[in-house]
Amino acid sequence: MASGEEDGSLDEKENNNKKRIRSALATAWLTFYNITMTAGWLVLAVAMAKFYIQRGTHKGLYRNISKTLKFFQTFALLEVVHCAVGLVRTSVIVTGVQVSSRIFMVWFVTNSIRQIQNEESVVLFLVVWTVTEITRYSFYTFSLINHLPYFIKWARYNMFIVMYPLGVIGELMTIYSALPYVQRSGMFSLRLPNKYNVSFDYYIFLIIIMLSYIPLFPQLYFHMLRQRRRVLHGEVIVEKDD
Amino acid sequence: WGRAVVFFEVEILDAKTKDKLCFLDKVRPPPRVYPQWYPARQSIRLDPKGKSLKDEDVLQQLPVGTTATFYFRDLGAQISWVTVFLTEYTGPLIIYLLFYFRVPFIYAPKYDFTTSKHWVVHLACMCHSFHYVKRLLETLFVHRFSHGTMPLRNIFKNCTYYWGFAAWMAYYINHPLYTPPMYGEQQVTIALMIFLFCQIGNFSIHIALRNLRPPGSKTRKIPYPTKNPFTWVFLLVSCPNYTYELGSWLGFTMMTQCLPVAFFTFVGFVQMTVWAKGKHRSYLKEFRDYPTLRSPILPFIL
Repeated sequence: MASGEEDGSLDEKENNNKKRIRSALATAWLTFYNITMTAGWLVLAVAMAKFYIQRGTHKGLYRNISKTLKFFQTFALLEVVHCAVGLVRTSVIVTGVQVSSRIFMVWFVTNSIRQIQNEESVVLFLVVWTVTEITRYSFYTFSLINHLPYFIKWARYNMFIVMYPLGVIGELMTIYSALPYVQRSGMFSLRLPNKYNVSFDYYIFLIIIMLSYIPLFPQLYFHMLRQRRRVLHGEVIVEKDD
Repeated sequence: WGRAVVFFEVEILDAKTKDKLCFLDKVRPPPRVYPQWYPARQSIRLDPKGKSLKDEDVLQQLPVGTTATFYFRDLGAQISWVTVFLTEYTGPLIIYLLFYFRVPFIYAPKYDFTTSKHWVVHLACMCHSFHYVKRLLETLFVHRFSHGTMPLRNIFKNCTYYWGFAAWMAYYINHPLYTPPMYGEQQVTIALMIFLFCQIGNFSIHIALRNLRPPGSKTRKIPYPTKNPFTWVFLLVSCPNYTYELGSWLGFTMMTQCLPVAFFTFVGFVQMTVWAKGKHRSYLKEFRDYPTLRSPILPFIL
């Protein structure tokens, strides 16, 4: 009986040790990830500023930074994995929607439709994304090492108030300007007849995406506002009962 | 200056024999009356965050002393299961036929009220309609429901799902530019066999489940294979009705070779797997001697 108990507590100690090692590894990985992302978006910010200062125009800016942008924005898919495996305590769905909308804007709109790459709206959302991501990733980095300067916390929970709507305007204007080219070229579309007996009209799909901003944007925006109240003012917000 | 408080005495008599079943004295009049909280939306529990008590629970058998405290929760507007089923199944039946008969404003005007030249399209319409007529009849005459009602918002959610998918599938199958299956008559014949086999199977399971439960009761028993060979799949699966349902839709997908149908089959499969796993878990919890060979929905796999 006594030896049984001893074995039990030994297993427990081993388990606790394993857990501690796992959580230390998790923190190390997340810190590395967030530092990398902060650095990546800083590089993007510098490249964009350098381009504009040297050339005096935004034309050609997208092509100039597109490789870096594609790399770091796509890398952000890892954040969905982090949520799914429980490394980060955020909803997989919320993160999934946010990352997907970014991937969509980069790969399926801006990158695929060359004619709109020099639109002002593209620069608008690129600037917004850069500012937002540098703030966000440095916030995570400093939180992980438990040394969060107040100004970063302030920035994270206040800049979005202006950045979010500006970003939405940039994205919507970009999609809107792409519509005529999509319709004319019939890109990404599947017409009948075909052996799968299905059809897909990318033009209509883009219009539906634009309309979906109407219900989705307020939800994300108010979610951030609630977070802000809780973090900055210590208010306890009671979520809707299920 | 004391106010007289009126107490009520409440007597509950058996409706037929007029025997006194219960007598409550010193019942204080309620401060408010809530006529909108009809019985179906009442959830009475012993603990505010606990499970709801059942209609069949007897006061004397509950873990309470001589003074009992119950907590009330409003479940929200309720609607009967039968109503929901009838509505969600009638929609696809009618909607599919609208597309089949090429009612105006769906396809180009020159196709209004024409019929498809492909015989598989006629067959598909018969199968789809048969499927939903079967479901409606089962709802009216076969199923014995555990719960009377469900939350009202479910009817909007469910109808959007069934009606939306029915319209999406029907649009392509009945389209003037529909492409018949790659392997022609062979493919359609095999698909039809699978479909019919699974429809009969699904119906057999529904009958078997109905016979487990005497009319008007809510008893739960372990289902076992009966003399009907279609029920022998109970040896390997907890919810063979879902297994057969998946099979039917796989058959229909093969018959129509239509991607939206495949998609609908997949989504339905995901939902039925969730339900089957839940049912399997509650069987295991409730019955010690539950057969260990059974899987929730797919033999040995899922």
